[in-house]
Amino acid sequence: MKSFPYLSVLTLAPLVGAVVVALLPRSRPALAKRVALGWSLAVLALTIVMWVAFEPGGSRFQFRESYPWIPAWGVNFTFAADGIALVMLVLTAVLVPIVILASWHDAEGGRRSVPAYFALLLALESTLVGVFAAADVFLFYVFFEVMLVPMYFLIGSYGTGKRQYAAVKFFLYSLVGGLFMLAAVIGLWVLGGHTFDWQALTQADLSTGAARWLFLGFFVAFAVKAPFFPFHTWLPDAGGSAPAGAAALLVGVLDKVGTFGILRYCLPLFPEASRYFAPFALTLAVVGIIYAALLAVGQNDLKRLVSYTSIAHFGFIGVGIFAFTTQAGTGAVLYMLNHGLATGLLFLVVGMLVARRGSALISDFGGAGKLVPVLAGVFLLAGMASLALPGLAPFVSEFLVLIGTFTVNRTVAVISTLGIILAAAYVLWMIQRTTQGDLNPALSSVDGMRRDLTRREAVVVAPLIALLLVLGFYPKPVIDVINPAVTATLQQDVGAQDPTPTEAAR
Amino acid sequence: MNDRFELPPIDYAALAPMLILFGAACVGVLIEAFVPRSRRQVTQVGVALAALVAALVVIVSQAGKQVTTIGGSVAVDGPALLLQGAIAVLGIVALLLIAERALEPGGAFVAQAAIAAGSGADRQQAAREPGATEVYPLSLFAIGGMMLFVAANDLLTMFVALEVFSLPLYLLCGLARRRRLLSQEAALKYFLLGSFASAFFLFGIALVYGFAGTIDLPDIHAAVQNSANSEVLLFAGLAMISIGLLFKVSAAPFHVWTPDVYQGAPTPVTGFMAACTKVAAFGALLRVLYVSFEGTQWNYKPVLGVIAVLTMLLGAILAVTQTDIKRLLAYSSIANAGYVLVGVLSATREGLSSTMFYLIAYGFTVVAAFAVVTLVRDADGEATHLSRWAGLGRRSPLVSGIFTLFLLAFAGIPLTSGFVSKFAVFAAGLNAQDDLGVWLVIVGVVSSMILAFPYLRVVVLMWLSEPGEATPSVSLPGATTAAALAVGVLATLLLGVVPGPVLDLTNQAAEFLR
Repeated sequence: MKSFPYLSVLTLAPLVGAVVVALLPRSRPALAKRVALGWSLAVLALTIVMWVAFEPGGSRFQFRESYPWIPAWGVNFTFAADGIALVMLVLTAVLVPIVILASWHDAEGGRRSVPAYFALLLALESTLVGVFAAADVFLFYVFFEVMLVPMYFLIGSYGTGKRQYAAVKFFLYSLVGGLFMLAAVIGLWVLGGHTFDWQALTQADLSTGAARWLFLGFFVAFAVKAPFFPFHTWLPDAGGSAPAGAAALLVGVLDKVGTFGILRYCLPLFPEASRYFAPFALTLAVVGIIYAALLAVGQNDLKRLVSYTSIAHFGFIGVGIFAFTTQAGTGAVLYMLNHGLATGLLFLVVGMLVARRGSALISDFGGAGKLVPVLAGVFLLAGMASLALPGLAPFVSEFLVLIGTFTVNRTVAVISTLGIILAAAYVLWMIQRTTQGDLNPALSSVDGMRRDLTRREAVVVAPLIALLLVLGFYPKPVIDVINPAVTATLQQDVGAQDPTPTEAAR
Repeated sequence: MNDRFELPPIDYAALAPMLILFGAACVGVLIEAFVPRSRRQVTQVGVALAALVAALVVIVSQAGKQVTTIGGSVAVDGPALLLQGAIAVLGIVALLLIAERALEPGGAFVAQAAIAAGSGADRQQAAREPGATEVYPLSLFAIGGMMLFVAANDLLTMFVALEVFSLPLYLLCGLARRRRLLSQEAALKYFLLGSFASAFFLFGIALVYGFAGTIDLPDIHAAVQNSANSEVLLFAGLAMISIGLLFKVSAAPFHVWTPDVYQGAPTPVTGFMAACTKVAAFGALLRVLYVSFEGTQWNYKPVLGVIAVLTMLLGAILAVTQTDIKRLLAYSSIANAGYVLVGVLSATREGLSSTMFYLIAYGFTVVAAFAVVTLVRDADGEATHLSRWAGLGRRSPLVSGIFTLFLLAFAGIPLTSGFVSKFAVFAAGLNAQDDLGVWLVIVGVVSSMILAFPYLRVVVLMWLSEPGEATPSVSLPGATTAAALAVGVLATLLLGVVPGPVLDLTNQAAEFLR
């Protein structure tokens, strides 16, 4: 069991599935959808087996495999997973089949190929798994950049509204960030002894100045991806134009690559630079929380609103990472998982509403709860998860982040807490304007609004709701996996010590 | 009175590739004279391809050789053989494009260049006459000259080779079947500016001879260390020689000819120039800088560094506003010349091997990209205005997909050869561990960002736009164009996913004979 090459199979399997689905004829869309769904469920099963095989108390990196690729440069196909990566892999594997099921009818009605849509989703899954599983910096960079191509086509070809503009903006922003990272990767290779192996590079001796420049190169790329203010302007456009399923993957998993990258590459490889730039990063994160939340309150487009909320949530994750305590760090990683589930659910529900109404504008809704009560109820639950209601999973992570930050940086913690109030504002107001109050007369004449939650849609939302509830009450299994990895990152790599509680210090 | 004139030893095996090509070119001229018109095309293509394949076989069999021959005027060493092989392979691919007659009756070349453009006879020849077959011996002369250019061990041989390969190219640029005035203008511009550049090159040789007393590259190296003559001669000579070479590689500010010539020349010739001329010119530049002028590194590096920066930025910025696909690819080719200069400037073994890898990888991609340009056509010939490419992805997903792959390679997306080659030159630049390298890499990264925009615009046009009435259909490629495309796609993918073997090859070959 242990020696099975989980990670390389997990990376390649969706890609093979993508090729298979892409080769299916355009005239048989139903077959393409079923093959894609089945394939992604198989990948999910393998991921669950891997989760069970992972030993939380064991070595930091498990499932390690390495195959030579470009010996002239010291590049290998090296895969390994620690707790953080494992959680991200599970998130990806859980979200993709749900997204495929949710997007069952999204690609129809246009002149675009339906098999191509699902093939792009599977190809995207492959690159996402590769990004999280890579333990070789060159391999990470390859997946980081290749990830852009399927998402670009998903937004540009299958999106709505200003989809070309949104797709180009997304691609260019990410590419620019990635190019800065390329310079940093090459610099790291030159200064780190001509190796790309992550483990070896953590031992490399870099001069302070060089380490700071390299940190900045990586950080810019991850800050664009996450996104942190002020590199965030691509996300509302991309999230607003992408089809709902792709948008759920965009904010649910793709953006996590940014914060994962900070945890895996910025902090361990450049610990002194991380501490040097921490105040700057914390400032960006906190500004993001408040600014994005305020912008979210004022949005009239449902999908753009959810995108702005995502930027605000990522501010929290950034605060959690740069507070350099294990509580905050564990909270941040848990936040990544919970945000993926919660905002993924929110985006999918918004997608269902938009598909029924034919418009994403809040002003086109109003009192929809009278027509589609069950869907409105799910919408409410997703909203509650977004604002971190206790009992749902995001509360645990937000609480951990705030506690972990309060002990070392009160100002940041207090300002971030204001973010919770703003979150309540944008979520509750959005729900009220769309599903409560007087019924908008325009709604009753729309056919789609008469159909409440279908069975397929129920199957889509049920696992996410279940996970949110279970993890809201019993997050221990996940925290047990995350904590050792975060502790290792912070204590071994950055050298940060948790502050002793005031009682113990007395 | 009994002094015997000793013939210098001649290593025929080392010279064989060039001799084969020049001989085949002469045979081609004879074919023009004696073979009936109806059978010329087949005969010429057969002779040309056979000669190129034979030359390639001989080059491969010489691997590992390091000799100078003909009294030290030709040096056949690792880089020379590798670049000659690259020129041969790229020449074969380009020749396949030149030989294509399925897209347009009679091919891409004019039937009789002497016919006045725009006249009735001209319209008649454009419609149905088979194209001039002189292009094949001309191409063979050009390829042979390029091979000599990268193997030249003294400056005069280099000059002769420069002229031997440039003059046929000037002619080839003027032989388009359609839009003949544009083509003739391109040929004239190339000829005039090229002659200026060659004149600079020659004058530079004279100045360097004045400084060093010799034109042999290794001897110049010794003279640079030891000569007591005025250094002004050395630097002025080096500057002028560089001007001549930088003109050929389209480095700024000597790049002005490139967009007009690339746009006006028949597209197969454009592909040929974009790939093979770059390989040849950079090969000569590398040899001159690494073998002769290594001692003046710290003097020429800042100047060439500025030129590299200018080239990368100008190529990228000017590409953004282009509306013609051939001009866009021309400016992209200028920017790519800048990236190659980054590798050249690192003046190390890694620099040499990364430069050679870049030239090979870029050559395959660019020839195939121009092959795609030949396929997008309507009744009046090629549709090169970008607006005509809107919605092409809907009409012909395969060809659009292939072109997207090439654009991704130019943009440097991983898993394509473009990424590996960019990584190689930037790594060589940073490896040199000096400030110049760091600045060059930063400018290179910024230039890549700027260049991504026009590439993306073409992708958006092809895939995300609706086809207009003006969108032409993509012609079915003939067998030769299909072969050229297949080679391009394979090379772009293979060199991106498994670049190891070729990287090792360039690394092994990266040792100049001094």
